Amino acid sequence: MLKQVEGSQAIAEAIGYCRPEVVCAYPITPQTHIVEGVGALVKAGTLQNCEYINVESEFAALSVAIGASAAGARTYTATASQGLLFMAEAVYNAAGLGLPIVMTIGNRAIGAPINIWNDHTDSMAMKDAGWIQLFAETNQEAVDLHIQAFRLAEELSCPVMVCVDGFILTHAYERIDVPTQEEVDAFLPPFEPIQVLDPAEPYSIGAMVGPEAFTEVRYLGHEKQLQALRLIPEIAKVFNDVFGRETGGLVHPYKTEGAETVVVALGSVNGTIKDVVDAMRDDGGSIGSVSICSFRPFPLEALAQALDGAKRVVVVEKSLAPGLGGVVASNVRMALARKSVPVHTVIAGLGGRPITMASLKETFEAAGEDRLPDVQFLDLDHGAVEHELVRSRATRKSGPTAENILRQLNPCRPAAQS
Amino acid sequence: MAVILDAGSIEAEIRRTQGRTSVFQIRIHGRGGQGVVTAAELLSVAAFKEGRHAQAFPSFGSERMGAPVVSFCRIADEEIRLREPIQEPDALIIQDPTLLHSVDVFAGLKPTGYILINSRRSFEELGIADYVAGFPAHHVCDVGATELAMKHIGRPLPNAALLGGFAAISGEMHMESVADAIMEKFPGAVGEANVAAAREAFEIAAKA
Repeated sequence: MLKQVEGSQAIAEAIGYCRPEVVCAYPITPQTHIVEGVGALVKAGTLQNCEYINVESEFAALSVAIGASAAGARTYTATASQGLLFMAEAVYNAAGLGLPIVMTIGNRAIGAPINIWNDHTDSMAMKDAGWIQLFAETNQEAVDLHIQAFRLAEELSCPVMVCVDGFILTHAYERIDVPTQEEVDAFLPPFEPIQVLDPAEPYSIGAMVGPEAFTEVRYLGHEKQLQALRLIPEIAKVFNDVFGRETGGLVHPYKTEGAETVVVALGSVNGTIKDVVDAMRDDGGSIGSVSICSFRPFPLEALAQALDGAKRVVVVEKSLAPGLGGVVASNVRMALARKSVPVHTVIAGLGGRPITMASLKETFEAAGEDRLPDVQFLDLDHGAVEHELVRSRATRKSGPTAENILRQLNPCRPAAQS
Repeated sequence: MAVILDAGSIEAEIRRTQGRTSVFQIRIHGRGGQGVVTAAELLSVAAFKEGRHAQAFPSFGSERMGAPVVSFCRIADEEIRLREPIQEPDALIIQDPTLLHSVDVFAGLKPTGYILINSRRSFEELGIADYVAGFPAHHVCDVGATELAMKHIGRPLPNAALLGGFAAISGEMHMESVADAIMEKFPGAVGEANVAAAREAFEIAAKA
């Protein structure tokens, strides 16, 4: 049913229809509205047979989820940013044990400096823990991916992270076709665990594994992700059959046929990118874009196919590998390993900085004229960083960088001790 | 149901029949606690009720009561893909006139844009008479929305009233859609009081 609703609320409703049996979460901006929404469904009796557990931390949240999932319950939690790091040990644990937990990440930057706004640093910090990572471009896709996530997780017995841009999607009101309980029931069968802690048939889950077998366990985890590459498009197809729309899958190409420049990105920024692509094509530009929906497993083949024929690739990403450049860009380069196509990295939107059509257009035009450097920070205040570099070189006790930059941008702030 | 054929509605109709799809962008300025975020959400719901696409989202700074808050609403007849904050609004709603000289509320406003200010003071008294003189006269309006809110709701929450005023001057949505959106969000007596404030603001703005 079409609704005009906050992204978080639609996601909460969708989670409810997936009939989770255990929901355990700790609040953190910007995911709080989601778990509050699920809590409200439980309290109202709309979501039945669900134990909603308030825990004392994110580490507790995922630990409870691990226990619940291992006992055969369909389990859901959500976090972001610092919360994801706080549960980091459990994140690796859940994947290593092969437990089909579904978790929403309300993508948010990680401090220091403290920042509550959107970027992809949190998801990227856990990209190699063994979880499947799906990125939603719109709130419609966010709703749909959660439903697909439960089915994917349970078929493979692998945990799935659904990544939703904090504030930009979580706190945005937009038109969403929220499914019905019947539709979700038709798509998502009851949870049938491949392993379960059952006193009637006792065995242990969580053995210690030495050098003689560890590699084999890890290989099977890798193999599972490769299976996901096949399963994700299959599930998206079944979803389309039941719900009547194309969402999910590995990658979404947009006007890439014959495009010389192809832009690659994750998440909501793809909407803005598509508007820029259209505007530039109206002016005769040769440009298209690809949205990567499945970041883990990374769709090497599907992406190479989508980028076939491109003369240059521009990766716009909300993440940074300090000392290297792009996180996503490095992955994209692997897909093009046998081709000599330049891949440019544009680091954008860090800490919630708006990514504007104007800035993107300028950047893509520069790319088209081969004027773009390998790695670029979009809308960087060069004056401010230059000033800080000069200042910090001039004196040893130059003070904290964050405070110094803020003082430059806002001269009314009291000076730090130096 | 009477249809008010004021300049706003006619202009909105012209916008809708234009060959190119256009997005109508509204930026709302206020302070934390004044319902700025809710205002944008209600606008988007009102547009939805008319079968249109709408996107509403906030811009948060430091989260505290009294801090400047900006929210955004885009309305279009097609899916809205753009996610950047609104740089070139077609309309501004200013819920707190104390922001007029401390925040650049008018940044990027289109030359034929709409301005709705929550105030009963004149533009001269607000110190912006010269600025608003550059806009079509029926595009700019101030309404004592806080006073209307105190009268109908008993609380200084001007957001709903301002939406009634906005519907009148822009014609971008019907007053009934605004009323429906308010009642959906605030069922019962609270909603009715807000709707009453919105209707009175609509009447005031339509005549201005």
